[in-house]
Amino acid sequence: MENGEGVVKKFCYINRKAPYGTIYALESLEVVLIAAAFDQDISLVFADDGVYQLTKGQDTDGIGMKNFSKTYTALGDYDIKKVYVEKESLEERGLSAEDLQALKYEDEDDDWAEKDSLFVVGREDLVKIIDEQDVVLSF
Amino acid sequence: MATLHTVNKSPFERNALESCLRLAKAGSAVLLFEDGVIGAMRNTRFSDKVTQAMNDFSIYVLGPDIQARGLDNDKVIDGIQVVDYNGFVDLTTEHDTVQSWL
Amino acid sequence: MKFGIVINEGPYTHQASDSALQFVKAALHKGHEIFRVFFYHDGVNNGTSLGVPPQDDRNLTLEWSGLAEKHGLDLVVCVAAAQRRGVLDEDEMGRHGKSANNLAPGFRISGLGQLIEAGIQADRLVTFGD
Repeated sequence: MENGEGVVKKFCYINRKAPYGTIYALESLEVVLIAAAFDQDISLVFADDGVYQLTKGQDTDGIGMKNFSKTYTALGDYDIKKVYVEKESLEERGLSAEDLQALKYEDEDDDWAEKDSLFVVGREDLVKIIDEQDVVLSF
Repeated sequence: MATLHTVNKSPFERNALESCLRLAKAGSAVLLFEDGVIGAMRNTRFSDKVTQAMNDFSIYVLGPDIQARGLDNDKVIDGIQVVDYNGFVDLTTEHDTVQSWL
Repeated sequence: MKFGIVINEGPYTHQASDSALQFVKAALHKGHEIFRVFFYHDGVNNGTSLGVPPQDDRNLTLEWSGLAEKHGLDLVVCVAAAQRRGVLDEDEMGRHGKSANNLAPGFRISGLGQLIEAGIQADRLVTFGD
């Protein structure tokens, strides 16, 4: 790693926009994939319309854009294990956890058992999670 | 750890201010700038909500963005502090983290 | 104190670049250090030298270039975002077989790692966007 070796900060990527209408979701994902190589403590937050980034069954054939939704399911391979979705944002939009893709990672400390990396959290918990961060990037 | 939250959109256009007030921890500071200054004005549909939020947050507004929009510091909700760019910089150094509600 | 600055929108359509410029000027005036200004999303368009705004308007690219020259700022344009939007330096022009390049003086093209590094190195990361 160039510079900053040994420093571990808590990085949080907050996503509040739906995919495809603007490029923010895709380019946020590109940052996260690069960030994974820096050995920092990474959390992803999806709130407001950002929850739509994680929906199952996205099909972009009809709009001529690349469907990047499968990349979220690969986040576990990048050692990204903390993906938080605001419960109230889902409910306000008539969605539930079942509408979202399953995100998993393999726990190397537990014989590579497959574990959930997506957590639906209530507003009060999310406030605490965001407040603990050192660096917050918003998309 | 105290965070400075920045909001640059009018509450009439986006939910950035609403989301910020919902997800920021009590005790945080909020700076309204660019079109966000509209959220600092008295007698709008959002004034009561912002006034209420001042129980939990210190709210600031960037003066140059108020003047640019033909508004007046006199129209800012009582208790919201008007700062200039120097004040904006000071707010970022006085808080541990800066979070932009884009 | 050491600042990292992120600019996520291009010039003129959004106020982001103007606000960032005012912020950076104030921070420098107060004796703070600007570790890096990172241009992402449409923010990479701040780095094109081909903009010709009306004479009575500000030229944001020139403003950034001037500030970089005067204060030794590190203005980094994200390579992936820049390639999408047609902001190229001479190397990129050659690599992609393009006939022109347009990166303004004082800017350099580099990877997203530069953004993460700014987050690690800087005491505060301040983002300007839409």
